[in-house]
Amino acid sequence: MKVVDIRKDGIDGIRKHENEEISVTGCLGERYIGCGMKNGIMHIAGTPGNAIASYLDGGSIYVDGNVQDAAADTMNAGLLAVNGSAGDALAYGMRGGRVYIRGDAGYRAGVHMKAYVDRKSILVIGGRTGSFLGEYLAGGIIIVLNLDERKDITGYFCGNGMYAGTIYLRTQCPPVNLSDKLITRNVGKEEMESVIRPLVTDFASVFSLSAAKCLEGRFMAVEADKSKSYSQLYAAV
Amino acid sequence: MRRYRIRKDDSCVSCLRCVSECSFGAITASENRTLVFHHDKCVDCQRCVSFCPAGAIYITEDENRFRENSVFRKDDISEIILQAETGGVLLSSMGAREKNIPVYFDRMLLNASQVTNPSIDPLREPMETAVFIGQRPEKIQRDKEGRLINNLPPHLELKTPILFAAMSYGAISLNVHKALAAAAEELGTYWNTGEGGLHESLYPYKENTIVQVASGRFGVHETYLNTAAAIEIKIGQGAKPGIGGHLTGRKIIGDVSRTRMVPEGLDAISPAPHHDIYSIEDLAQLVMSIKEATHYRKPVMVKVAAVHNIAPIASGIARSGADIISIDGYRGGTGAAPKRIRDNVGIPIEFAIAAVDQRLREEKIRDRVSIIASGGIRNSADTVKAIALGADAVSIGTAALCALGCHICASCHTGRCAWGIATQDPELTKRLDPEKGAKRLVNLMNAWTREIKEIMGGMGINSIEALRGNRMALRGVALNEKELEILGIRYAGE
Repeated sequence: MKVVDIRKDGIDGIRKHENEEISVTGCLGERYIGCGMKNGIMHIAGTPGNAIASYLDGGSIYVDGNVQDAAADTMNAGLLAVNGSAGDALAYGMRGGRVYIRGDAGYRAGVHMKAYVDRKSILVIGGRTGSFLGEYLAGGIIIVLNLDERKDITGYFCGNGMYAGTIYLRTQCPPVNLSDKLITRNVGKEEMESVIRPLVTDFASVFSLSAAKCLEGRFMAVEADKSKSYSQLYAAV
Repeated sequence: MRRYRIRKDDSCVSCLRCVSECSFGAITASENRTLVFHHDKCVDCQRCVSFCPAGAIYITEDENRFRENSVFRKDDISEIILQAETGGVLLSSMGAREKNIPVYFDRMLLNASQVTNPSIDPLREPMETAVFIGQRPEKIQRDKEGRLINNLPPHLELKTPILFAAMSYGAISLNVHKALAAAAEELGTYWNTGEGGLHESLYPYKENTIVQVASGRFGVHETYLNTAAAIEIKIGQGAKPGIGGHLTGRKIIGDVSRTRMVPEGLDAISPAPHHDIYSIEDLAQLVMSIKEATHYRKPVMVKVAAVHNIAPIASGIARSGADIISIDGYRGGTGAAPKRIRDNVGIPIEFAIAAVDQRLREEKIRDRVSIIASGGIRNSADTVKAIALGADAVSIGTAALCALGCHICASCHTGRCAWGIATQDPELTKRLDPEKGAKRLVNLMNAWTREIKEIMGGMGINSIEALRGNRMALRGVALNEKELEILGIRYAGE
């Protein structure tokens, strides 16, 4: 596998090997790694900077450490797997592909993710998230596992303004401050097997975790109350 | 609430064309082919009037109206009643119509040469209306052999200083986008996708396309960014500064749903802020990530609404690495906006242009960015005045739609546009022929460009770029001293 020292070769050094499997070493805050990448496999050691995997259009990026803000911004396809935690505004406007975070995600994760028919954006977070998770969600699936069983799985204002898609939380209690335009429900066996199990099993395999442990306990789904559409707020003049 | 009254005169031949043309259900026919007028449904779009072969239809304001006093006008009263009945936020479209806010373009007059510095005849002399939009290098650099180093950042070249403003697929129909794209290509200028993505059938127009990245990120992906001449980050819009967008589910069908990646029939929301932008540094990061994704080959624009502190905001944008600032004024149009926001938030574009140009000059960063002004540009004279105030170019939205048939009935938000413009109903969208539409847009722009050349010639100027920020070319009338000071112009007679 080709090794690229980012401090020596810079982002351009990565671009030269876009369609290959490479190992990127020495990351210390460099931004825009994998921006617009279409193919290839990248293993990153160190701490990449903001906007990693923005506009990612294919291929896979594995990060040993943490990622910072705006990771997977407007990502279209491919995989971003982070063995640590992610900063704020993770997977903003994501259109497709998978983002797996082994640890926590900061504020505003999964805002305005999308889906169309069979094409779904998938965000799985092993830890917990900050506030505003999945705001304005337009489609796709967010799963938060809270594997360390900490209090408050999502922070405040989870799913505010969402109008499609589903947020699955491995918890028995609905998040605090949930909008009255959202509904919560317990996930049944069929949905557990057809939707959550395949995604969580894939997530667990990427980080060599026990899928059974990740799936322990009850899951709750947060969705938009479709009977309360935004058009009801308005009166056309 | 009835606002208009439909009438017909004796020349009506009962062909029922008006019935088939009315998309709001305001005119129907009884079994014996007698016209039935539903006045309360009429929006005064003038479609029936335009297509009546006998010229027999008339739309007038209804004589029966609320009794006004010096404070409460008829609209105030009818809106109170509507909100009392529905509890809803008033939703409207197109630009602000507040009559008490002056159109400042009408209070500025242009200069012309007399005796000295003779005027130029544009029919005889070459007149340059082309402008280059983007960053300009701070200095000319040469290598050791004295050869010029090409350090010109990516830029746009416009053959006329007018672009088509951002209007999204969804808010308007694909046929409108087709007409705009084809016209932009023929004219050597640019059209703007707005925030609803770019339909694949328009990829061939990439050299004349500006794609937009807004808070909802609709239709944004790597191919989209690279299928464009420039990318515009939309922060705000003149018709609704500070708030997000709302596309009614009625307009989200078929390809609109697919292009935006939102479910059919559900209202699509654009959040008010970009959730990854909380500072100029964050904006700079988005600018640079787009440049990374497009390999630094395309200029990046930032569009903001003209608001109170627009000058320092523009200064921040200029320092963010953006190449172009697009400023949309108080009268800017929209496919849907809360009426109170549309009519009460923001500042007129005339002040914004002058304030921003002045501030960037004072900070010696004017050449780092170009300025595109929009929001109520109605004709070639407004264009020239905007450039003399300090804009590099203007963009037009409402004027372009008028060229395609729009009669500014301000009913875009209903999705029932009878002219096939602001609708996704297949029966209505086919009313607009994109080829004919493109021809009309080309005619309009060519006419304006000829007028611009005549105005320039009259001033003794043969290059539109020489007029940029030349406020000595303007004089004010009916303006107070503060207005003159901000606009940076003298009073007529001075």
